[in-house]
Amino acid sequence: MNTPEERPTLAVWKFASCDGCQLALLDCEDELLTLADRVQIAHFTEATRATVAGPYDVSLVEGSITTPADRDRIMRIRQNSRLLVTIGACASAGGIQALRNFADVSEFRSIVYARPDYIETLDRSLPIGEVVPVDAELRGCPIDRGQLLDLLTAMLAGRRPHLPDRPVCGECKLRGTSCLLVTGRAPCLGPVTRAGCGAICPAANRGCFGCYGPIGDPNTAALIPALRAAGLDEDGVRRIFRTFNAAAPAFADAARGEEGEQR
Amino acid sequence: MTHRHDRVLRVDALARVEGEGALHIHVRDGKVGEVQLEIYEPPRFFEAFLAGRDYAEAPDITARICGICPVAYQMSACQAMEDAVGITVGGAIGKLRRLLYCGEWISSHALHIYLLHAPDFLGFDGAIDMAARHRDLVERGLRLKKTGNQLMTAVGGRAIHPINVRVGGFYRAPAPSELSALLDPLRQALDDAIATVGWVAGFDFPDFEHDHELLALVREGTYAIEHGVPHTDRGLVFPVSELDHLVLEHQVPHSTALHATLAGRDRYLTGPVARYALSGRWLSPLARQAAAEAGLPAVCRNPFQSIVVRAVELVYAIEEAIALIEAYEPPHPPVVHVDPAAGVGYGATEAPRGTLFHRYDLDDRGVIRSVRIVPPTSQNQASIEDDLLRFVATRLDYDDARLTSVCEQVIRNYDPCISCATHFLTLDIHEGELP
Repeated sequence: MNTPEERPTLAVWKFASCDGCQLALLDCEDELLTLADRVQIAHFTEATRATVAGPYDVSLVEGSITTPADRDRIMRIRQNSRLLVTIGACASAGGIQALRNFADVSEFRSIVYARPDYIETLDRSLPIGEVVPVDAELRGCPIDRGQLLDLLTAMLAGRRPHLPDRPVCGECKLRGTSCLLVTGRAPCLGPVTRAGCGAICPAANRGCFGCYGPIGDPNTAALIPALRAAGLDEDGVRRIFRTFNAAAPAFADAARGEEGEQR
Repeated sequence: MTHRHDRVLRVDALARVEGEGALHIHVRDGKVGEVQLEIYEPPRFFEAFLAGRDYAEAPDITARICGICPVAYQMSACQAMEDAVGITVGGAIGKLRRLLYCGEWISSHALHIYLLHAPDFLGFDGAIDMAARHRDLVERGLRLKKTGNQLMTAVGGRAIHPINVRVGGFYRAPAPSELSALLDPLRQALDDAIATVGWVAGFDFPDFEHDHELLALVREGTYAIEHGVPHTDRGLVFPVSELDHLVLEHQVPHSTALHATLAGRDRYLTGPVARYALSGRWLSPLARQAAAEAGLPAVCRNPFQSIVVRAVELVYAIEEAIALIEAYEPPHPPVVHVDPAAGVGYGATEAPRGTLFHRYDLDDRGVIRSVRIVPPTSQNQASIEDDLLRFVATRLDYDDARLTSVCEQVIRNYDPCISCATHFLTLDIHEGELP
């Protein structure tokens, strides 16, 4: 085993987010201590006061960029990181807070705060990749613990991580879940959403609501009539694309198409 | 030992709390002049973008306020929506909700006790380096946490942001065999939790007491988790529908979270210590015995001992989960039918770190018109600052590093969830109506 100084360094950073994706690392209950023997956890404020100066071999980045200060901070982190991996929908698509991108943020600020002048914020919630280059992204709201472990193992072994770009539908087939859209039981984003969750929603009799964001080449135009047939009205179609990956271009376009000339 | 008259303590990034916060303390002329628990977590404007969304979306969307306590958000949101449309959900569905909530308590309390709080008492920077010396203890904590997560996965579909919760109940009722498979790990967890109480009770607690008013939900005959009526230890009792008149929040320049006070009263405290003071007599015999053996008084006013109270609640939540699983009968159907209706609805449940209030105003199609969310950490912030002020004043002989370290510990006593706190009320609607 390497001495602590020789182990690759891992840093975990948080921006605008719910903490859930970095919690996924602490949720690796069976693997956490083994992992800590293999890498040096150099910065992870949710878990430890100790911090080691960079540069870091791998930085895991949770959250989206919503303030000028955070934009500067992610640039410094990028300069200090050999590999930068985003974790979760906030980091890869701006998260639920990217709903501000479709509204007037000064209005938002005054709805929530009595003294909006105290609050400094950007007009848009930006994915990390819009501010700095990203080496890999783990999708999901939240990310999957298994994918995180695979990514970290791949990094230690010097191989490529297994990050599928196929739709959730494949996972339903593997589980033997009958198709909600075909049977008309519920509107489902599975055909355009990236796999990784294990198709847990259709298995619980509810449609996929897109936690992992769009696949590389989603045919949203073909899906929308099926969503309507399963019971969604225009506003429902717009809203189903506008949740945790609202600002991912394919979902943003699909929602905008439903708005017609409104915006 | 330094003993300077003017000093400034700064902790720019508080470690081992959920979210992003900093601490500033100014000492002038040998007196503590100012204490600020600064919350700089960037605002995410949940209350603003929930307006215009469908009532059915609130449990999934508000879960994303906090990855540590998503079930609390889902449960308070469901309860408020059910109140708004005029349905009651109880019976087998209510029990399944309580079981899911037990999973979150187990997981969150194990996380806080072992990974976030205990390292303070044993002099470690975090649980990873604590494991180098006490691997068996950290493994016990992780085992407990895993059991809570397994329970949330079995009932909720996944541990972080469960997918099975909906207004009216659940999408799918777990099969009895899916839940009974958890009985063995839960029985192991019960032994681990009882050992946890004994372990943390032996920590060295600084001599310190607070006099905050304590607020928790109370439900006669049981330890309130998923519903109850707000009570304080000084005799205030109010229906959740009085929330807007009684729980007031104000913005302070140093924080993106609001500070809450009770109308006509002052700061107050919510969370395990408040629950234990107000509902301790309804804990299970085993949990009460563990508390007695730990030497815990009926009302625990030393905030450092909150770790013992959390451990006692851990025992209770595990026992309660075992009892609920042993008596489990799947609800058929797993959901109460909901017809959207115009109305205002209130919800309040006990998140692991305190009472979480939701209020929604719906139009006749069930579209959300306005939202108010009052998370526990906003409510506790004024009390945490008061503890800091008084604690620092008695420890000015400490050098900067030691004083900074104990101040961080004062904050961690409350398991603050800063991600949660950064979401506020809609002041524009009720400002003029406040008493």
